[in-house]
Amino acid sequence: MKEFKNFTMNFGPQHPAAHGVLRLVLQMEGEIIKSADPHIGLLHRATEKLAESKPYNQSIGYMDRLDYVSMMCNEHAYVLAIEKLLSIETPERAKYIRVMFDEITRILNHLLWLGAHALDIGAMSVFLYAFREREDLMDCYEAVSGTRMHATYYRPGGVARDLPSKMPKYIKSSYKNNDQLSDQNYNREGSMLDFIDDFTSRFPSCVDEYENLLTDNRIWKQRTVGIGIVEPERAIELGFTGPMLRGSGLDWDLRKKQPYEVYDKMKFDIPVGKTGDSYDRYLVRMEELRQSNKIIKQCVKWLNKNPGSIMIDDAKVAPPSRENMKVEMESLIHHFKLFTEGYCVPKGEVYTAVEAPKGEFGVYMISDGANKPFRLKIRAPGFPHLAALNEMCKDHMLSDVVTIIGTQDIVFGEIDR
Amino acid sequence: MKKIIAKHIVDQYELEECTDMLTMKIHKDSLLDVMSTLKNNKELDFIQLTDICAVDYYTYGETEWSTKEATSTGYSRGIKPSSHGRIKFEHKQIQNRMDNRFCVVYHLLSISNNNRIRVKTYLNDEPPIIKSLTSLWPAANWYEREAFDLFGILFEEHPDLRRLLTDYGFIGHPFRKDFPLTGNVQIRYDPALKRIIQEPVDIMPRVLVPKVIREDK
Repeated sequence: MKEFKNFTMNFGPQHPAAHGVLRLVLQMEGEIIKSADPHIGLLHRATEKLAESKPYNQSIGYMDRLDYVSMMCNEHAYVLAIEKLLSIETPERAKYIRVMFDEITRILNHLLWLGAHALDIGAMSVFLYAFREREDLMDCYEAVSGTRMHATYYRPGGVARDLPSKMPKYIKSSYKNNDQLSDQNYNREGSMLDFIDDFTSRFPSCVDEYENLLTDNRIWKQRTVGIGIVEPERAIELGFTGPMLRGSGLDWDLRKKQPYEVYDKMKFDIPVGKTGDSYDRYLVRMEELRQSNKIIKQCVKWLNKNPGSIMIDDAKVAPPSRENMKVEMESLIHHFKLFTEGYCVPKGEVYTAVEAPKGEFGVYMISDGANKPFRLKIRAPGFPHLAALNEMCKDHMLSDVVTIIGTQDIVFGEIDR
Repeated sequence: MKKIIAKHIVDQYELEECTDMLTMKIHKDSLLDVMSTLKNNKELDFIQLTDICAVDYYTYGETEWSTKEATSTGYSRGIKPSSHGRIKFEHKQIQNRMDNRFCVVYHLLSISNNNRIRVKTYLNDEPPIIKSLTSLWPAANWYEREAFDLFGILFEEHPDLRRLLTDYGFIGHPFRKDFPLTGNVQIRYDPALKRIIQEPVDIMPRVLVPKVIREDK
């Protein structure tokens, strides 16, 4: 009989299921994985070191590029850290706007995750459906900040500008007639909040559509049930957070347990799994889509009723109004100083964490009293998840690696930083 | 919380004033004892290791630009190439030996009590060496590899202390404050040799805003 030996296989860095640039060195015994060694750092941009050489406000844009599918949540943790060090309080309306956009971001993230994860395991159509709704939310990003992804919208002391009173519309082109155009613009006649309100009322049925395609799908279950099981105690020790932890059955969610902004005023539930396998984590994330939708609805209701300031009234951190800048010398100087030198932050250190779509996104910041952070450490949720890949993959088949990478919701922007 | 810690932890420690969470400063030799008490004691119950962060305190509190005196020579007055954004490849810094230059910061989370704690240890020697926490938390594995890679902190009894984020064959520890922001080497394809070569960087260090400390806050 012929003898087979273990062999080593390279997975990635250029593999469509590697979600970016992951190089896995797999020790195989036939089709069975004996160990997996992730080689990361191909996307390492030294964000933390770059931030140490720039004034505080100039690094907000780098935060978008960490986890580039949950942009505003990253900004949120960073901005919260600065606010805590400066000990300033943001206006109520800014808090609601932040919570609303955090939840929009969660939906954006989970939709991309859902589409990509299903595509990896072989279900093509979910991807197309998920991107249909993603497009609408991207439009919200664009309407409020001017960019579809890297918004740089949150600022220490509030948000960059108030919600627009008009939603941008599709314009006429030779490819569509007037009926098609008005079909496309039917929910864009009012303000942005009206647009979001319309979105929240139809989104639950969209989630039903995705679930129709997957939840009871035989192939989907065969690929995910019992794959990558993590016991709750082990999940804690491995540093898991977010849906990875909740999928194992622990109801740990920073929005409930250590509420920031106005999450304590929101009504929503925390879904938890039972078995801690990939299928449970899928169910948890699907339910989170519905819960996020609920939170957005509550925020829209509040924001419609309560106009007001969206930026703190403190000239140290907030820029002057555009109008004043054109007529007042002092405002011009103020603007120039704020956007070149920035502001000095009192000595101290702080750790702030938000419940990003992938888990606990933390920022540890040390200030020595200067206009730049002395040390900035980003605690990315994906980092401990990927570190546990070896353990989760052990004794699974080769094709299950793809499932496990997918279920961890890996994004290399935040892992490599 | 302070009382519970005083009751259970026998080793020497100091409490630091921090606004966001309780901060303990401990000696590096007592790290494993303190950490295992924090984790395994049922009253403390810090079962999750949230983060390990290494800090290089070199140039801490040093300003690049003294704004107290006026001058007519313009922007470049008084800027010394002290920060990592301004030093160049050939620029050899004269280093004073600094006490407690490195610090390893651990963030722990207790799920049952819903609170966090920060544990700091300062390291003196060059190279800085500290005990690994991988025996207590498997999550420490990659965090420690990262700290080793970026700061050159050695973790004793770590099962697999390899570089994590930097390139294969990288030299130096890039997040130390005396490592230039532009890096030391750049790579390019050499058509004559028909392979990738490394050469000293030719980008100019370019940090536009000097580091300023103002006391008026």
